[in-house]
Amino acid sequence: MSKHIIPITLFAMAVAGQAYADKDEYRESHGASMPVKNELYQKECGDCHIAYPAELLPARSWEHLMNKLDKHFGENAELSEDNRQALSRYLTENAGDRSRGSPGKLLKSLDRSQTPERITELPYFKKEHREIPARFYEQNPKMKSLSNCEVCHTRAAQGSFAEGEINIPGIGRWED
Amino acid sequence: MKRKSLLLVIALLATSGANAGVVDDLLRQYQAQASQPFDAERAKALWTAKHRDPETGKDISCSTCHTADLRKAGEHNTTGKPIEPMAPSINPQRLTDAAKIEKWFKRNCKGTFNRECTPQEKGDFLTYFRNQ
Repeated sequence: MSKHIIPITLFAMAVAGQAYADKDEYRESHGASMPVKNELYQKECGDCHIAYPAELLPARSWEHLMNKLDKHFGENAELSEDNRQALSRYLTENAGDRSRGSPGKLLKSLDRSQTPERITELPYFKKEHREIPARFYEQNPKMKSLSNCEVCHTRAAQGSFAEGEINIPGIGRWED
Repeated sequence: MKRKSLLLVIALLATSGANAGVVDDLLRQYQAQASQPFDAERAKALWTAKHRDPETGKDISCSTCHTADLRKAGEHNTTGKPIEPMAPSINPQRLTDAAKIEKWFKRNCKGTFNRECTPQEKGDFLTYFRNQ
């Protein structure tokens, strides 16, 4: 009897896994999801904040940020030179104005002469969050600012920011 | 099957041995450049010693984010991001990766003390952390 349990369980797991894979592929093909697949990026940057999808800033912003990691939003975030160069390359190659098939609308209304340091400075970001009162996050010790995407965007760590996945602490679901 | 189990045991032994080795190797490197034997008490005092942050004008210490108790989880001062406990007895992931240890010594010593830590201080800290 027990001989059959393992193969059956494995088969069930494989089917479930396949279903999720299909769902992710669907999301990706529809531009709703920007999963970060770079392990070095997750490892080196993800200890302090989510590994923000490279698509969320233009290449010139990533270059600028990666050249002054010793002064990174009030923190020292220095990397070894090898890792800094590797991640600089990854981020600029996959930046919002470089990568193929990325959601161009994120950077659409950004002036070419500007080099934003923060995703929260993007006109598109501001427009999307304009209805969120500052008291929702400024007084929330878990959030503090809009930079902590994953507090409300429950699937931010998987690169997904769909409206149906929003859950604001103390407030709940949010729809425009 | 038996062979697999044996391989697993060997792999586990090798890993746990390497983890202790990571700290021992670093301590040996630091000791070669330090003048005194390492002292956990000295590290404990430095851990909570306040330093003025020239940019914000606020007093900060290691314990500002990590708390004064290495067995407790901390929280990042500005972002609020949870920080796992430093104590290897609570968090076995700690002190298992030499590059990670060096990376965070560099970042956090500069961020807190405004300079890199000396090999003496790093050795003191590791001696303090590993027995928690």
